[in-house]
Amino acid sequence: MTASFLIAFVVGGLICVIGQLLFDVAKLSPGHTLCLLVVSGAVLDGFGLYEPLIDFAGAGATIPITSFGNSLTHGALQEAEKHGLVGVITGMFEVTSSGISAAILFGFIASLLFRSKGRP
Amino acid sequence: MDRQAYSQLEQQITPKPPLAVNLVKAFVTGGIICAIGQGIMYFYMYFFDFTERTAGNPTVATMIFIAMLLTGFGKYKRIAQFGGAGSAVPVTGFGNAMISAAIEHRTEGYVLGVGGNMFKLAGSVIVFGVFSAFIVALIKTILVKFGVVGW
Amino acid sequence: MVARGVIRFGSRPTIRAAAVAAGPAEKKNSPFSSQFDRLYDSELCGQKTNEQAHRQLIEDACDLALNKAEKTISDADYLVCGDLVNEMTPSNFAAASTGLPYVGLFSACATSTSALAYAALLTEAGAASLVLAGAASQHSAIERQFRYPIEYGFKKPENAQWTVTAAGIAAVTPHEQGYPSISQATVGRVVDYGLTDPLNMGAAMAPAAFDTFRRHLEAAGTEPEDYDVIITGDLGAIGTELFRKMATEAGYSVEEDRWRDAGKEFYGGDPAFFAGASGAGCSAAVYFSDVYNRMMEGEYRRALLMATGALLSPLTFQQGESIPCTCHAVELVMGEGENR
Repeated sequence: MTASFLIAFVVGGLICVIGQLLFDVAKLSPGHTLCLLVVSGAVLDGFGLYEPLIDFAGAGATIPITSFGNSLTHGALQEAEKHGLVGVITGMFEVTSSGISAAILFGFIASLLFRSKGRP
Repeated sequence: MDRQAYSQLEQQITPKPPLAVNLVKAFVTGGIICAIGQGIMYFYMYFFDFTERTAGNPTVATMIFIAMLLTGFGKYKRIAQFGGAGSAVPVTGFGNAMISAAIEHRTEGYVLGVGGNMFKLAGSVIVFGVFSAFIVALIKTILVKFGVVGW
Repeated sequence: MVARGVIRFGSRPTIRAAAVAAGPAEKKNSPFSSQFDRLYDSELCGQKTNEQAHRQLIEDACDLALNKAEKTISDADYLVCGDLVNEMTPSNFAAASTGLPYVGLFSACATSTSALAYAALLTEAGAASLVLAGAASQHSAIERQFRYPIEYGFKKPENAQWTVTAAGIAAVTPHEQGYPSISQATVGRVVDYGLTDPLNMGAAMAPAAFDTFRRHLEAAGTEPEDYDVIITGDLGAIGTELFRKMATEAGYSVEEDRWRDAGKEFYGGDPAFFAGASGAGCSAAVYFSDVYNRMMEGEYRRALLMATGALLSPLTFQQGESIPCTCHAVELVMGEGENR
């Protein structure tokens, strides 16, 4: 169990290092960086490579935003397997609705509870 | 001083981001966030009826809940100033993008402000995620149909 | 006409009084805070929104400047000011509550000096006996418009600058003995050296500062040594160094103590504020407190104020345009300097 924490730490940390390289070396904005990582996750799942990474690293692979791209592709492929091409469109959010719904929900709640603070 | 000479001088004087330090900070911050995620995942597996596969969803939701608290109390931006991509790349960063926009635009009302601006920053991630997933899944489905690859 | 874009004020309009209202980070972190006239403990200044707080600061600075000049709002003829928020609404609303004839000026962070020059013209033309002139900014209102929501986690680089929460207003009158008076102004050209990084404004603005600096000195027939202080607006640490390098290369001798920058000094060099302060209120707050006070005390007899402004919008930045910049200069003289 300790090993799984360590693996999650290292793999998750490394994905963030890629993000930091995109910030500092490729000079991409946060928006561009995150989009690129999401697209990478989606493409990796197309090659069937992201799921093995999740099996190996657990939260180290599911917490970074790349996992969002992976889940979208994964849902689309699952449905495509059952229903053919139509499934590509209908299955997209089959696996991954929790991130978006949680963000919308907590975003709304936060707008009720909090004000922004302009301090450093 | 002409433009070219100035641009050279500017690049000399503007401090370069300390790459090694930034990478280490991103690694540690991102690693810690993922390790916390791992802990929450175990929590859902041992105390509730989730499997390793299904525990991902409540974990993500919980992480975003934590991001809400940190964002609301003004701590997330401090973590980000230290961690850079380490706090932007995990799903908590996605949550922070949506939550911070929601808080910021509260003054324009719940419908036009909060509702209309929540996806201002995070929306592009969803758009590109969905579009790339569509293309990837489409190509793969066609390839499978033609028997080039298997599922 | 002295030279293109240069105005010499024969009547020597006077800054009869000046006042500054500022926010909590300025109260806590600025070495100038003891010279500010009103300090708020909340970024919202008792208002509901950041934009209302912004407006409140302008109204406060107007009131305070009038009080210090021992005048009332009915003595004032014009309000000339500006800010950075959409269509300068904070200034517009503040103007509505003062009820004064109002000219909104957009020169981005260079508005403190463009407003002074405009006010001096009104007085010189005999069109006004008292003009309130100045500029303001409010951190959260500006940041959310030009960058990201305040609570968005984003690592700012060392060369970023911190938008100040402050308003500075000067009460400009026809010439009076014993107060700093405006002898010359140079209207800045818009200079674009092709820089595109909105988190490195100082570097984008330094060439504009240097352009105005050279034009002002050439028209006035002066050398940098003739001034007790040459103070730029918000070049910050990076921009200041670039400005000095440009001046050195052109053969001017730079004197560390006399060549100041309001943005670089604003937060006392605290790295939490990166390369220093920016915002329309930055130069206004320092010019209308520290610089004004030192002139009144006789420490500065001749001062060159050069507020710099980056004339970009979030739209032009996202469309990949470069950052056009400007710098307006105003020369102040005191005492013997008056009879030059």
